[in-house]
Amino acid sequence: MKKLFSLLIILLSLTACSTQNLRGTGDMGLIIERAIGRLQVVEHSTNSAIAQIDGLGDLSHASIVYSRDARYGFVFGRDGGLTKVDILKQKIVKRIIQSGNSIGGAISQDGKLVAVSNYKPGGVKIFDSNTLDLIADIPAFYGDGQRSKTVGLVDAPGQKFVYSLYDADETWIVDMKNPATPVITKFKDIGRLPYDGLITPDGRYYMAGLFGEDGLAMLDLWHPEKGVQRVMGNYGKGKQKLPVYKMPHLEGWAMAGDKTLVPAVGQHEVLVMDREMQQIKAIPVHGQPIFVMARPDHRQMWVNFSHPRNDTIQVIDTESLEVIKTLKPGKAVLHMEFSPRGEQIWMSVRDEDRVDIFDTDSFRLIDSIPADKPSGIFFTNRAHRIGL
Amino acid sequence: MSLNNKLLKLSFLSLLSFFSISSFAEISEQRKQELSHLLKHDCGSCHGMTLKGGLGPSLLPETLKLKPDELLFITILEGRPGTPMPPWKAQLSEADANWIIKLLRQGPQ
Repeated sequence: MKKLFSLLIILLSLTACSTQNLRGTGDMGLIIERAIGRLQVVEHSTNSAIAQIDGLGDLSHASIVYSRDARYGFVFGRDGGLTKVDILKQKIVKRIIQSGNSIGGAISQDGKLVAVSNYKPGGVKIFDSNTLDLIADIPAFYGDGQRSKTVGLVDAPGQKFVYSLYDADETWIVDMKNPATPVITKFKDIGRLPYDGLITPDGRYYMAGLFGEDGLAMLDLWHPEKGVQRVMGNYGKGKQKLPVYKMPHLEGWAMAGDKTLVPAVGQHEVLVMDREMQQIKAIPVHGQPIFVMARPDHRQMWVNFSHPRNDTIQVIDTESLEVIKTLKPGKAVLHMEFSPRGEQIWMSVRDEDRVDIFDTDSFRLIDSIPADKPSGIFFTNRAHRIGL
Repeated sequence: MSLNNKLLKLSFLSLLSFFSISSFAEISEQRKQELSHLLKHDCGSCHGMTLKGGLGPSLLPETLKLKPDELLFITILEGRPGTPMPPWKAQLSEADANWIIKLLRQGPQ
């Protein structure tokens, strides 16, 4: 009887224990503290930081993708580090240094592969998302055996990765349906100095931003046989460009109805494109835009700006195409992330060591979380979106 | 390179060194801190926060060893046409540029 009783106690305590620890990850995220190599684990239901994870190396310009169960984050550091973190246990699962210098990554359609884009040595490496074992190493060779920096790496439907070669003016598609034999399709002369890329949220169009000339290189992934086409050829032409202190990011471009809003390069403007990517308007804004991000309902676009005008955020109404709000959160607003349905936006204010949380309806500051030189903010709902 | 070109380049460089020397004015402690911050975080957005390179080249002392101050000076203030390196003269004085060159020669602390 006594034995049975103690067994019961053990069973009860086990149940209690596991109940306590059960939680979903859908309202969680990670914030990068770039200078000290640390992550903050946050929860946007309560607007709070719940833990910190140390030891991530050089996190300048770091980014994160999530496993499809939204439990693990894959952190791509500048120092070539690829770190898998468990946001439930709030610790590093595995960390490898896979190159000398890297710039971001992507997770495959089936969630089984993680690809990293490297500057040095130039190329893409693909890893098993479970073990971080190397599956494929694809050097970005061009010309007489030189290696190019790779940029703008995204996942695409059909178990593919797409990226561009900064030094070689090429876009490559890697088909990983059979992981043992990657099939590479190369597109040459896409335009001078591609520096970043995006894939539209439906996974159909890949676009590379070009630093060396006007326009964008666009690839229709439904019809790769048509090759890369140049769109927005007038992008920036005919005007004296201002010095560009920071390249605009392409991620987060808004397609609002039949319009697309894009950051102009070297101009204090957000450009409005029609369905054929013809410019129909230029919206004057506070500075050179970096991120132009759509609220999930596409009713608003939030814009941050390049140094030295990076203390300001502007909100554009996508119906009137006018700036409807200007906020001054503080010095160096680097990144913004909406809550999954868009009632809140979080923004990292690097030089103030804070992450500010605004209500997107009233534009009021609701909360503020201390963070050491915060940069990227990544919520787990990215786990289920193409290209993120 | 023709003699004329050489002469032109020479006079250009001496003009530059004249500027860099003449503009080596004292800058305040606060400005020095701002410049260290700018170097780490804003230059760092292309050259890497530790200046070991990113989309832009490495700016570590050993990489810059063979590049004269005059070249760094004009690159910082005027940029490098045909590359993403912008001119910083709207934000930085000549004294600022010289201070940054000094920081670059020392390497990351």
